[in-house]
Amino acid sequence: MSETLLNVQNLHTSFFTDNGEVQAVNGVSFQLNPGEILGIVGESGSGKSVTAYSIMQILADTGRITEGKILFKGEDLTTWSEKKMQSFRGKNCSIIFQDPMTSLNPVFTIGSQLKEAVVLHTNRRGAEADARVIELLEAVGINEPEKRMKQYPFEHSGGMRQRVMIAMALACEPDILIADEPTTALDVTIQAQILELIQSLQKKMGMAVILVTHDLGVIADMCDNIVVMYGGRICERGTAREIFYNPKHEYTKGLLRSIPNVNNMKERLIPIEGTPINMLNLPKGCAFCPRCDAAMKICLQEVPEEIVINEDHKAACWMNIKAAYEEVSRNE
Amino acid sequence: MSETLVEVRNLKQYFPVKVGFVKTIPLKAVDDISFTIGKGETLGLVGESGCGKTTAGRSILRLYKPTGGEVIFDGELITDSNITRMRKKMQMVFQDPYSSLDPRMTVEDIIGEPLDVHKLCANRKERRERILELMEIVGLNAEHATRYAHEFSGGQRQRIGIARALAVRPEFIVCDEPVSALDVSIQAQVINMFEELQDKLGVAYLFIAHDLLVVHHISKRIAVMYLGKIVEIADADELNGHPIHPYTESLLSAVPIPDPDVTRARKRIILEGDVPSPLKRPSGCPFRTRCRYATEQCAEECPTLTDRGGGHEVACWVK
Repeated sequence: MSETLLNVQNLHTSFFTDNGEVQAVNGVSFQLNPGEILGIVGESGSGKSVTAYSIMQILADTGRITEGKILFKGEDLTTWSEKKMQSFRGKNCSIIFQDPMTSLNPVFTIGSQLKEAVVLHTNRRGAEADARVIELLEAVGINEPEKRMKQYPFEHSGGMRQRVMIAMALACEPDILIADEPTTALDVTIQAQILELIQSLQKKMGMAVILVTHDLGVIADMCDNIVVMYGGRICERGTAREIFYNPKHEYTKGLLRSIPNVNNMKERLIPIEGTPINMLNLPKGCAFCPRCDAAMKICLQEVPEEIVINEDHKAACWMNIKAAYEEVSRNE
Repeated sequence: MSETLVEVRNLKQYFPVKVGFVKTIPLKAVDDISFTIGKGETLGLVGESGCGKTTAGRSILRLYKPTGGEVIFDGELITDSNITRMRKKMQMVFQDPYSSLDPRMTVEDIIGEPLDVHKLCANRKERRERILELMEIVGLNAEHATRYAHEFSGGQRQRIGIARALAVRPEFIVCDEPVSALDVSIQAQVINMFEELQDKLGVAYLFIAHDLLVVHHISKRIAVMYLGKIVEIADADELNGHPIHPYTESLLSAVPIPDPDVTRARKRIILEGDVPSPLKRPSGCPFRTRCRYATEQCAEECPTLTDRGGGHEVACWVK
């Protein structure tokens, strides 16, 4: 692979609320290469969306990146001014959100909202900008774009609005597209349309995609590489095949056992016991250990380091460290 | 199939929608559906948003007064006059565990309310015992009884909702998207609980959901709805293995399966466009505007469900 496009190093993001500091992201590192589709999967509160928002620096007022670096083509975004970030957003990196119903402004036409993005980031003006808007709407598969651009968001269905959001995100052909649960609010058949669209545009334009979702099916379908998050940390990462067929972290294993699949229709599911983590009250050791069947003493006390399983796969679980240690001592 | 518990015959549910000042037109949310559910059986009901699956569930329990058709429960026709008595045998679990529990009531009162309404407990002691028993069945601790709904997580709230439905010892529960609002790791806990309760208590479910993998897991048979009509109904494995209706076919192919090799090897059948508005329903077969195989006949006449062998019923002219 060529040069790394985005390099997130030891990212910490906290929210300072009335109830104290909530450490939503605790030391997340990953790399994104040009043209790669990276999936970030996790439950609500795992810090997957906050990671995405930290890259764009669009956190809520109470949120702040407290530590770490985000290198875009070698430059650290966290040191950039707000003005410089504004040109980064949209031009280099775009984001589409979960809810296409609320991410468009209801009082402006689709066309004028798209034109805003075009005018802001390119030299096109007037008729030239309009032509670009029509081109964009065509690219995302909207019929009769001339008519559609004069309409308001309420005149479009959920799938259509998400297409408009994608068109807006792609207005300046960014290097990175962040899709935060892009299909969660949509029906299955519409979800299939949108996923197909993202895939084909990604191939055509060669951009990198960060797909944030809780849906393991979507992840399996779309992603080259996967990052599994729990409690604000990355617990496992690897290629799609490694994560699904050779999971090493107890959380990933549990998650895969607990979802209905083609193979386990006649069997009882094996759920992960307990409830999702309370981020105000993080355990001292591994975040997953209160729900983990295999938890050991050390899991309660210390956060496990990430260890290499093989060149395509890393996991942060004491079970693996223990197994590796035992193998070394056996060989000696 | 086992003995029939619920029989739905030509159920219709129209809602008047105002167009202009005085004129109203009917929105046909559920249009002439018929099916049966056996004792202790689970029938899955799937479809996209707006297809009428939730309305169907509510009309069966007479939360809406049906426009037409009838529901027969255990040999007895449900009418306005016997519905209070019948609701002792049929209950509902709602989708959103955040809005379906009264925030000003304690867990004990929420679960106890159906007991009070139907006067099932002779005294306070008996009521208390029954509530604790129900809480144990759904895996809640006795000390939770005096707490309020907001103190619980989504999965636990859904357990409270289930305990409330079980309070009257129903034979039939309509489950309206009971796991869609829950986190992935919690869904399995609740799905398992539904399955265990069925084994233990022999309740029948109408399990309404849009997640086809979840429905396939829990259901014995599955019905597929599109724009107020049932287009296909069959045994769960049969439907997933050999879908006949073009809509079912594309719906199944669109479900992302959490297995990279399997899901990437499949060919997705992408449907064009969106579901038409139920107010502007196409003539004939409701699916024909998005169907690859549509012919002239499809535009003229609406197909009815016909048996294609082994209880696999399909409503399609072409297939």
